Amino acid sequence: MNLFSEIGRYIIFMKYVFKRPERGRVFWSMLTREMNLIGIESLVVVILIALITGAVTTVQTASQLASDSGVLPPSLFPMEIVGSVVGSSSILEIAPTITCLVLAGKIGANIASEIGNMRVSEQIDAYEVMGINSIGFVSLPKILAGVIMIPCLILVSVFLLMVGGLIAAKLTGIMTMDQYVTGLRSSFVPHYVNVLMVKGYIFSFIITSMSAFQGYYTKGGALEVGEAGTKAVTRICVTILAFDLIIAKLLL
Amino acid sequence: MIQLVDLNKFYGDKHVLRNINANFYPGVANLVIGASGGGKSVLVKTMVGLETPTSGQVLFEEQDYHNLEYDKQQALRREIGMLFQGTALFDSLTVEQNVEFPLLMFSEMSKEERMERVNLCLSKVNLHNANQKVPSEISGGMKKRVGIARAIALPIKYLFCDEPNSGLDPLTSRVIDNLLHDITKEFGITTIINSHDMKTVKDIGEHIVFMHQGQKWWEGSKEELPEAQKSNPELNAFVKASF
Repeated sequence: MNLFSEIGRYIIFMKYVFKRPERGRVFWSMLTREMNLIGIESLVVVILIALITGAVTTVQTASQLASDSGVLPPSLFPMEIVGSVVGSSSILEIAPTITCLVLAGKIGANIASEIGNMRVSEQIDAYEVMGINSIGFVSLPKILAGVIMIPCLILVSVFLLMVGGLIAAKLTGIMTMDQYVTGLRSSFVPHYVNVLMVKGYIFSFIITSMSAFQGYYTKGGALEVGEAGTKAVTRICVTILAFDLIIAKLLL
Repeated sequence: MIQLVDLNKFYGDKHVLRNINANFYPGVANLVIGASGGGKSVLVKTMVGLETPTSGQVLFEEQDYHNLEYDKQQALRREIGMLFQGTALFDSLTVEQNVEFPLLMFSEMSKEERMERVNLCLSKVNLHNANQKVPSEISGGMKKRVGIARAIALPIKYLFCDEPNSGLDPLTSRVIDNLLHDITKEFGITTIINSHDMKTVKDIGEHIVFMHQGQKWWEGSKEELPEAQKSNPELNAFVKASF
């Protein structure tokens, strides 16, 4: 199937996602369940990745500054630059993009295979026969929960990336905590937070809507359900990176 | 009453339903029979709206189902119950919640009223003490019964059953057949059963549509079947092969 017909199907799919839910109380209970699954159950992986990535970024940046590049002697670089680099890159790139790429693997694959399994076991047909808008019923709570919870996870990630860097700075002794914090503060640009949030909302929509789309149109059996999960993750990752570039170009 | 008028369905170049005209009557068990690949499942899926016909009409009480406005079509769907071949129970919900689901979505009943209706439907299908089990904890026959209970939870007018006996032992198959027969008579609904089990035809079949190679090959009552076999070699071969 070519790219344009796939995009067309995705647009038609989204038209049905945003139809008014049949029953508010059922929708709210599904939304809270999904918020828990997407948000709370992803917290541990986000914490671990943020702390480790923050520490690695700090150590590697310090190492690069300490090595003789031939441009300037290492002694002329103030170590505050490390905090500055970690702070900016955390807000602009690592927190939104790396976190969302990881969540694409966790949440995206989960949504695609869950909906794919509902499709091949005729549960989606059962909703349709009952007169329920099955696209909206199975997808909207997941998409909305993702758009609410993933930006929150990204904010947690930003904070922990910086904490991870601070811990690495302290434990390895490559700089003082004051130098690190001074670097962080000096590089802070409030507009970067806008970029972070724009990326967070767009990426979370991409993760949840594309995986729901992929799962909904699964055909076949268990093998195809697995393939739907893999295909969803691959496509989400490529789309996130493409939008990362577009947003950076437009907002910076 | 449901009427099919010049119904055709193509998948690409493949003509799977060929100019079908048939009637399905209220208060009787209407059976669609035929060999695998004869178009029975596509026919039922087209009738309930899971597939769109390439041409022709499916008339529910003279309303052209596939050309109704979206809201009217959804309202009509709420009068349809369906028992799927694989039961299609919601696997994250308990038996009780599965049966309660249509009531929760489309009725204004209180929790107590819903539970009363759920227990009534479960007792109709002779299913007791399984309310809190999830589908993975119950047998195939029990799943079929939960599927029937869910299908009749709302006051439906039409019940579609896609291969209700598939994967069941002969004894459980007869139990399911009898349940479908009793429910059809008690509620006066139009029941359409898609089956290749001639035992079902013999036990509960009243009005029969025989499908062969995507065409309606024969339509009539169970009493007319032996006579039709004499002049219809395909029907005769199917019936004889089934016993």
